[in-house]
Amino acid sequence: MSLPVAGHERGGDQSPERSDAKAPTVQRVSDVVIRFAGDSGDGMQLTGSQFTNTSAVLGNDLSTLPDFPAEIRAPAGTLPGVSAFQVRIADYDIHTPGDTPDVLVAMNPAALIANLGDLQPNSAIIANTDEFNERNFKKAGLEGNPLEDGSLSAFRVFTADITTMTRKALEDSDLDVRTKDRCKNLFALGMVYWLYSRPLENTVDWLQLKFKRRPEIAEANIKVLKAGWNFCDITQLFQVRYEVEKAALEPGTYRNIHGNSALAMGLVAASRRSGLPLFLGAYPITPASDVLHELATYKRYGVTTFQAEDEIAAVCAAIGASFGGALGVTCSSGPGIALKSEAMNLAVMVELPLVVCDIQRGGPSTGLPTKTEQSDLLQVLFGRNGDSPVPVIAAARPSDCFEVALEAVRIATRYMVPVVLLSDGYIANGSEPWRLPEIEDLPDLRTSFHDDPETFLPYMRDERTLARPWAIPGTPGLEHRIGGLEKADVTGKVSYDPHNHERMTRLRAEKVARVVQDVPDLEVHGDPDGGELLVLGWGSTLGAITGAVNQAREQGKPVSRAHLRWLNPFPANLGEVLARFDKVLLPEMNMGQLALLLRGHFLIDVQSYTKIEGKPFTRQEISDQIDRQLGASRS
Amino acid sequence: MSTETTTTLSKKDFQSDDEVRWCPGCGDYAILSAVQTVFPSLGIPREKFVIVSGIGCSSRFPYYMNTYGFHTIHGRAPAVATGLKMSRPDLSVWVVTGDGDALSIGGNHFMHVLRRNVGVKVLLFNNRIYGLTKGQYSPTSEVGKRTKSTPLGSVDAPFNPLAVALGAGATFVARSVDIFQPHLKSVLERAAAHPGTAFVEIYQNCNIFNDKAFENVTEKSARSENVLYLEHGEPLLFGKESPRGIARSGNSLEVVDVAEDGDGAGLVQWDERLPSAALAFELATLGPGFPVPLGVFRDVAAPVYEDAVIAQVRAQEEAHPDATLEQLIRGGDTWQVAGPTS
Repeated sequence: MSLPVAGHERGGDQSPERSDAKAPTVQRVSDVVIRFAGDSGDGMQLTGSQFTNTSAVLGNDLSTLPDFPAEIRAPAGTLPGVSAFQVRIADYDIHTPGDTPDVLVAMNPAALIANLGDLQPNSAIIANTDEFNERNFKKAGLEGNPLEDGSLSAFRVFTADITTMTRKALEDSDLDVRTKDRCKNLFALGMVYWLYSRPLENTVDWLQLKFKRRPEIAEANIKVLKAGWNFCDITQLFQVRYEVEKAALEPGTYRNIHGNSALAMGLVAASRRSGLPLFLGAYPITPASDVLHELATYKRYGVTTFQAEDEIAAVCAAIGASFGGALGVTCSSGPGIALKSEAMNLAVMVELPLVVCDIQRGGPSTGLPTKTEQSDLLQVLFGRNGDSPVPVIAAARPSDCFEVALEAVRIATRYMVPVVLLSDGYIANGSEPWRLPEIEDLPDLRTSFHDDPETFLPYMRDERTLARPWAIPGTPGLEHRIGGLEKADVTGKVSYDPHNHERMTRLRAEKVARVVQDVPDLEVHGDPDGGELLVLGWGSTLGAITGAVNQAREQGKPVSRAHLRWLNPFPANLGEVLARFDKVLLPEMNMGQLALLLRGHFLIDVQSYTKIEGKPFTRQEISDQIDRQLGASRS
Repeated sequence: MSTETTTTLSKKDFQSDDEVRWCPGCGDYAILSAVQTVFPSLGIPREKFVIVSGIGCSSRFPYYMNTYGFHTIHGRAPAVATGLKMSRPDLSVWVVTGDGDALSIGGNHFMHVLRRNVGVKVLLFNNRIYGLTKGQYSPTSEVGKRTKSTPLGSVDAPFNPLAVALGAGATFVARSVDIFQPHLKSVLERAAAHPGTAFVEIYQNCNIFNDKAFENVTEKSARSENVLYLEHGEPLLFGKESPRGIARSGNSLEVVDVAEDGDGAGLVQWDERLPSAALAFELATLGPGFPVPLGVFRDVAAPVYEDAVIAQVRAQEEAHPDATLEQLIRGGDTWQVAGPTS
């Protein structure tokens, strides 16, 4: 009798592979959630990423949720030092990294305790017993050994002396003990690879490349990875092995992508499609720095990156580059956006294209640097002096960052306006398979500079977009001055005339409002003609909402969903769509910022559902809210 | 349509049709005139000039120049200029700033543009007062300065702009005075010729809020007796009536009477190209009893920031001539999902 370790069956097509009584059965599962947890120095992010990449190449659908502390090395063995990486793999189209782990790999007692609350009864725990000692119990605030005191009786616990076996595997190595011990995450990875029938090649290749200059380190890691695999193969620790088949995704070429990587690539793509050299001004900040890191490696695409002295210089340099005819971009998170706000207003006033990426994190102030939140919405819409509207677009999932980057550039250059692109820590660091677009299908973003002195005035406007001409220095006969002082309509001279100020304020607002011409109508998934309940989302809540609404509809519940990509301007049909439903449920990872706006705009009593824990919504949380709303409207 | 402006330009070509709105008698007028005189002589097409400024009286400068201009926000002109110059190295970019703009709110950008050695010229109009906000003390105001915000006198030690610039690693540092037109023009020409960041402090009189702040230099007898004009390769000499010089005495500098010294053998020979900025720093910070040096304090060659940045990009482009978007997005591990087989 073999107890299942982990995974959700769909159809239960169990297929014992070997007849040998001692051999484990191989069972097919449809969907599994694994969480690797350990000290922030234990390499859990790497372990999770490797499992993810291997699963991606196998063709599973997947979704990841890294969760790590803001401290680089919080005190070892303590709860604040726990770093975790959750990955969900499936043989079908999934939308979230999973609500609760089926398997928790706990490298020490703190990692176990910090994550225990997220486990469902019967989940599996793989624990590194070497770290379960008095010293570590104390650090984790435990009285005794949870592996022995019966407190884990609801779960299925598998133990292994991972550290000891790692050292043993490296007996012949000349490396010091410290270095040997740092390989132990590969032992755990080898175990999980065995359990889920993953090949080792992908990680072996990666290790060889990563430690090209230190082959002894590569060799040690590979040895330990194999030792972990062999340990499971020999000892029969697990009686069942699992397989997760390829997902039936839309045909095409796929790669695994993180949100920040997709954003960086989207910006390069926009540069190529517009013919404008990309200039990124940035200052390091979590969780946005990876955009700077990635773009710094794309110099071959003509990308210039500038690590400025501060957030203000970063955006100002981008504005200077735009003035010169480049594609000026800056990238930050909430605290940095606060510093940039005066310069963003300069771009509003001088009407130059600029893309400001805000990878949101928990606030206010320094807040929760490594955790996710959607609480900068009102900041980017209104957090500047004066009447200062800017277009705002939000990415909904990691791969979507690529598309919204192209959209943001399209609007910024077409309307001569700074555009804010919102992402957040969840999609920035999360990953999923990305079906690669055909290059020729990407939008044509070509733009032109004004060069005719006979027809030039700095603040004359395009009839359709109200954009002013982009006239770059070096063009003979177009010498002109721009700046933050109010400009006279058409001529662009400094003007303090009261009527002109009102006219210009309204023109700037009208220009942003006209972006709606390039915003597609909001699409309703479910009942387009309306019904009882609409779940409206924006940004990274897409996955949880889609999962919950799809499930509810399968159960016959009258629920539809819609997702906003543009937060300013709203799609032209938004008010009308909202009015078609008896109730609108709006989940947000903030205190209800979009709900406040929608109530003001449309006088609709939007039901705000909020979560401010630095963590994304689970599907279950949204499902519960759907049931509540449906129940309430029927009682 | 695109006819490049010829190099036979005159001062008039650089005068914009905007009415100049500084207070009558302001030192800014003299600086504007000097810049408008020097620009046509530099052999640069007019459309290649860009003046970038921050906030303050001096920062209205771009409106009065018939070139490209960008009146940015308080203290940030060096940052805007850096981005512009990095993306457009073909342009002649001039930053116009003041003592408050560059040394208070914009201190960080001022310091970093200098240490990077971006190829822009920075003209700091120092009047030792906040003029546009109507008379508060500035970071270059002397201790004891009574202003609206320091009714009992300032207790802040002032910055010496030259010392700050030298400390930040500036490769070109000079000082001149608004009304010393021939000198100012020659310093501006030298700044224009410097490939990296050229920093020029210009003593500028604010006749409304801080009149005669530089009387120790501009007053008639001071001009001849209290100003030391730095001449590369020449001994440090000053004083028309009583010729004196600067000599080294132990660890410090001293003023010596040239007549008594005879052949002047003990005088310091001025060298603006010394690898160390130490002597320039000493001259920039001379105290009471010493003359006020004007001219070029430092002019050394160093790699120019945007050249190095662009060289990296070009080298990568050349090493990967086939870099396509296709390659970008398909780099890394990919896998195929086949269409439905039927």
